[in-house]
Amino acid sequence: MNKITEAFLELVSDWKGAFGGAYNIREDGACAGRQSSEHIKIESKEEAPGLIIRIDPQTKNETVYIPACVTHSDLNDLVYNDFYVGEGADVTIVAGCGVHSDGEEEARHNGIHRFFVGKGAHVLYQEKHIGTGSGAGLRRIDPVSDIHLAEDAVLEMDTVQIGGVDRTDRKTTAQLAARARLIIHESILTEGEQTAKTDFSVSIDGEDAAVDLVSRSVAKGHSHQEYHSRILGNNRCTGHSECDAILVGSGQVNAAPELFAGHIDASLIHEAAIGKIAGEQIVKLRTLGLTEEEAEERIIQGFLQN
Amino acid sequence: MLVLDHLAWKLPDGEPILKDITLTLPTGKLTVVTGPNGGGKTSLAKLIAGLETPSSGRIYLDGEDITGLDITQRAKKGVAYAFQQPVHFKGLSVRDLLELAAGETLPEEELCAILGQVGLCAQDYKNRQVDASLSGGESKRIEIATVLARKNAGLLIFDEPEAGIDLWSFSGLIDAFQRIKTKSPASALIISHQERILQIADEIVVIADGAVRAAGPREEILPTLLKEEKIGRCPLERETSHE
Repeated sequence: MNKITEAFLELVSDWKGAFGGAYNIREDGACAGRQSSEHIKIESKEEAPGLIIRIDPQTKNETVYIPACVTHSDLNDLVYNDFYVGEGADVTIVAGCGVHSDGEEEARHNGIHRFFVGKGAHVLYQEKHIGTGSGAGLRRIDPVSDIHLAEDAVLEMDTVQIGGVDRTDRKTTAQLAARARLIIHESILTEGEQTAKTDFSVSIDGEDAAVDLVSRSVAKGHSHQEYHSRILGNNRCTGHSECDAILVGSGQVNAAPELFAGHIDASLIHEAAIGKIAGEQIVKLRTLGLTEEEAEERIIQGFLQN
Repeated sequence: MLVLDHLAWKLPDGEPILKDITLTLPTGKLTVVTGPNGGGKTSLAKLIAGLETPSSGRIYLDGEDITGLDITQRAKKGVAYAFQQPVHFKGLSVRDLLELAAGETLPEEELCAILGQVGLCAQDYKNRQVDASLSGGESKRIEIATVLARKNAGLLIFDEPEAGIDLWSFSGLIDAFQRIKTKSPASALIISHQERILQIADEIVVIADGAVRAAGPREEILPTLLKEEKIGRCPLERETSHE
């Protein structure tokens, strides 16, 4: 494992020199370390690059780490990971990603994840993305998530793009069975000429299932972000989509939430708010002794962490 | 000590909002500024805190001319300001805001003490977002707490602290102001219409139509104000009409 990977691991997956429990470290398209645990088995896929992660039913309070790092330019890393979470399990999945480019060519990671969450299981999925390096080559991360929640399953996804990623195209699709809940909190910071595109499509098929999509965006410099969410309420259900964005400088955000109600008792809401930092917020923090720049930074930090 | 020397402020279109205000707020005293709505009280507070720049005149804090200092510089000199309209932040918790005010991490007991002064329980509120999920009264109390949390602030400005505060919490707020008056070396300037706040003032300043109509010790100013209030007449309007 090289030093760039080690630095990424600290940033995206709380690496302290070792992982406890199950993990797989992907470095430049290869395995740099793997360990299964008694209840979480990690195996290589045979038909494609990637992993099969099987979490036993009723596994409780365990964490599996699946970080992926691209540490040089001229690399397009594509990986297919499938997560099978057994009934009644309660686990955390940490799946951060870092891309580094010091060259002229692109450094890219495409993580295609499928989640099959069993009945009554609860999963907390944490994902941090970061780009580093001084090369002109673009740093790209294009994650795809395909989520299948069985009855009473709960998936909470916290995804954060910390910075330095020049291009990202994020696609998430989900199908929810009865009483399943999907909660997604996404935070994206773009600056310079960076672009970020997010697309959610959630089909709520089961009775009393619920989805809550919350996106926090900050577009600085000349960066551009697009947010599109589509919630299909096909049964008695609740759905909520919220996109809040702050513009700084010449940043641009295009938010397009979309709702489809295919059942009389589908209760769906969308909200989108885009604007610059309110002047009175800056002024208030300045009356506490912060400079204008410190106030802006603190407001953005809080907004993204919310 | 805060000295306002012939302070004036006009809107960009030339309309005068404050006219030739000359006042001295003694160190360690509680001064209440009162007067009719639209008379210029909040504008005065904004000039002192640096949110607006005077058209003419000077502001001296403990002998130093702070007229040219911006908001941040004045805050660092010890000017603390609780807004009339609290500001909401999506993503900042009550603890975050109070720690920014204090300039340091606050231990639980100190956080509890500060929020307790405005009638809030720290356990219930410290992790709440300072956003629209708070009621008007809750927001107002947290706004006041941002000033109480300031370390080494020498001038505490509260703009209509009673607005939106319920009767029970208001009593606690009076106690907090009493503590500032008796135990803190800071000077306090409170903009208020509330008789209970006027009753604890060391000094009262009456501002109407952008000018000082009366200023002096509470014992001197308050009886006249109350007398006129009882017969339903505003002495300040009467004075204005004499001009």
